[in-house]
Amino acid sequence: MQAIIDQITATLRSAAERGQALHIQGGGSKAFYGHPRAESAESLDITPYQGIVNYEPTELVITARAGTRLSEIESILREHGQMLAFEPPHFASTATLGGCVAAGLSGPRRAAAGAVRDFVLGVRMLDGTGRDLHFGGQVMKNVAGYDVSRLVAGCMGTLGVLLEVSLKVLPLPAAEKTISLEMNAAQAIKQMNQWAGKPLPISATCHVDGQLYIRLSGAETAIHAAQTQLGGESRADDETFWQSLREQTHPFFKPAASLWRLSVKSTAPEYHLPGKQLLEWNGALRWLVCQHDTNNEDSDSAAHVIREAATAAGGHATLFRGQHHTTPVFHPLTPALLSLHRRLKQQFDPAGILNPGRLYPEF
Amino acid sequence: MSTASELINQLRAFLPPDAVLHDTEDLKPYECDGLSAYRQTPMIVVLPQTEQQIIQVLQLCHKTHTPVVARGAGTGLSGGALPHDAGILMSLAKLNRILEIDPLARSARVQPGVRNLAISDAARPYGLYYAPDPSSQIACSIGGNVAENSGGVHCLKYGLTVHNILKLRVLTIEGELLEIGGKALDSAGFDLLALMTGSEGMLGIVTEITVKLIPVPEKAQLVMAAFDDIQSAGNAVANVIAAGIIPAGMELMDKITIHAVEAFLHAGYDLNAEAILLCESDGTAEEVADEIDRINTIMKSSGATGIRTSRSEAERLSFWAGRKAAFPAAGRVSPDYYCMDGTIPRKHLGQVLSGIETLSEHYGLRCMNVFHAGDGNLHPLILYDANTPGELKKTEEFGGKILEMCIQAGGTITGEHGVGMEKINQMCLQFKTDELQIFHGVKAAFDPQNLLNPGKAVPTLHRCAEFGAMHVHGGSEKFPDLPRF
Repeated sequence: MQAIIDQITATLRSAAERGQALHIQGGGSKAFYGHPRAESAESLDITPYQGIVNYEPTELVITARAGTRLSEIESILREHGQMLAFEPPHFASTATLGGCVAAGLSGPRRAAAGAVRDFVLGVRMLDGTGRDLHFGGQVMKNVAGYDVSRLVAGCMGTLGVLLEVSLKVLPLPAAEKTISLEMNAAQAIKQMNQWAGKPLPISATCHVDGQLYIRLSGAETAIHAAQTQLGGESRADDETFWQSLREQTHPFFKPAASLWRLSVKSTAPEYHLPGKQLLEWNGALRWLVCQHDTNNEDSDSAAHVIREAATAAGGHATLFRGQHHTTPVFHPLTPALLSLHRRLKQQFDPAGILNPGRLYPEF
Repeated sequence: MSTASELINQLRAFLPPDAVLHDTEDLKPYECDGLSAYRQTPMIVVLPQTEQQIIQVLQLCHKTHTPVVARGAGTGLSGGALPHDAGILMSLAKLNRILEIDPLARSARVQPGVRNLAISDAARPYGLYYAPDPSSQIACSIGGNVAENSGGVHCLKYGLTVHNILKLRVLTIEGELLEIGGKALDSAGFDLLALMTGSEGMLGIVTEITVKLIPVPEKAQLVMAAFDDIQSAGNAVANVIAAGIIPAGMELMDKITIHAVEAFLHAGYDLNAEAILLCESDGTAEEVADEIDRINTIMKSSGATGIRTSRSEAERLSFWAGRKAAFPAAGRVSPDYYCMDGTIPRKHLGQVLSGIETLSEHYGLRCMNVFHAGDGNLHPLILYDANTPGELKKTEEFGGKILEMCIQAGGTITGEHGVGMEKINQMCLQFKTDELQIFHGVKAAFDPQNLLNPGKAVPTLHRCAEFGAMHVHGGSEKFPDLPRF
């Protein structure tokens, strides 16, 4: 395995010298996400660096190489009655751990359990000059040094090439059950937030097509008691339903001109934006499917309206799939924050070779 | 750099007279934080009351190249708020207002000087609370919690500060405002919220924090189990986790601690036990009943010599009282104590504790051990007498050796107290030159002139070179007999 690291290091050093942009490549399952790779970029394939380094269920920690398939990790965890509680989307069977952490996406359980970054305990990475760096560790609590391992979660590979990641894992719930209640979006937003403020074993929520779906997780007795309290109808297809949200195979996500992801204050009122909406995370995540002409200035102004709406609710909007003329994928940063991003980038990747433009066109 | 009197004049231009302290006797209370072994009188203390005043202080520091150290309640245990002799100590204690509680969105917007417990008190009428509960929560401020990424006894289940905040208003050393995070669960760009949390006042000054609030559990219940050896207690912890239980809290005390707290509080702890394990379950009544039942079974099968389950809220609190009194109890059996904060993979607990015992004999200093067992965070309390010449130095050396053992066990030198001034040498052992350079790079990206809390948290490479030379004597380590991992 060291030979693979040596090879990646050599590639990085040579690219840094030549100013050659690199496109860090895992399973390619999230190639659609973010700005497209720079045309001049050469691929840096990480998938050969794979395998589980260490997994001790009673320590609640798994350490694996970045090229390890997410499905392999989840399957070994399941054998031991554990899970990645942030329920990362795969989007393809080739999805890797490195891509999962670099993209920083979490699934239905996020509002209850936390996001990828909340479960990252430590990373081993190569920076843009090929330095082999370890941050964080394999323990639950660690405040030695700046929290670089969480900083790189979701940075779209712009700060370093992940080699290994240690994640906190959690036990699978003893039981899960989904109920559904008929209501409109405005009622659902209120209801989800009210219930989130009560000690209830709710592990996921979704509102789509006039139905509020609630997943309950925990001891059988606790689920039963909660269901009595909440009412609603039991769903037989529960696991399939949450899986279809996580992987965006639910009919709501069928290919459209564009799919927006609005991450906002959970109590923000229902948006009256053109297109269909699906709510998750107690209302803190809103998906918006738009049908429109994507390649003219009208589409940019439509995008502007969406971004304004997200900003007004203390959040941000990502153009998750599809394109709008000249609209950037990620919510634009304020000048002060953009300049800070650039200064940080400069420290990790002075030659600017790691996934340039993938997160923001400016670096 | 300007002289003290020049700075005082300029500070008085925008701060009221009682917010600028410079007389020796006024400066005295600020010379140390909770780690009183480290003391330094600051040049000037300022007590701003508004964000605008903080901006002006920072702009002045920036213009005059004056170091500035922020301080909350001063309860920190690593010397993170130790003043700079040629700098300004900025107390944020006057920014102590809870600005907003939003019960439906389950968040609170607070100023940095608000006490940790005050947030939960204010949220309680809505059935909500702020989860991280460092043992100093009655006094420590939320701004300090953000600076240190504080934990507490419930963090295995509910997370650290970094998991429980949504947004920060941060001022850079230039006095520029950054809004980091937001009202949503994530934000665009790099995760600067994570980077700021635990950055020990080195990157910016936090002027406002939006924290998450979570529902108060319907019920909490505690199992107290006694063991006749510490390894069995450690195994019981692993068995609880293996059974798929994440307890709300799981705390372990060794024999010397049990005796110290029992003499102090008479909590009814078993004095014959080598170790006592406290394991708490919280949640809905049904969840708790289910978990407590399973925890009891596991304690029995793990060889507990005595098991008690709290039957009332009063009894639960009385079981906890001993653990919570561990520090004052240490103060009662010894003139001084020194609290360490390493974290280890739990499986190495037995070896690390026996290593501590070896060191304790070597240095002739007693050591009590309390352990956040669920997350592997060990708090050895070294008992010493500061009035005995040389004893503090011996204590620090002893503590340093414990931290090195934690690193060798695959752990870290600090789980929740921060590096501050105290563990700066051990940072040289935990991190390589390249990693320290990245830390200095991160610092420079925020504060290129190195004015914010300079000299803390991240050692200079020069310091590490000197420490390395001191550390290894004639090419051999000082304790060849200590267990290595």
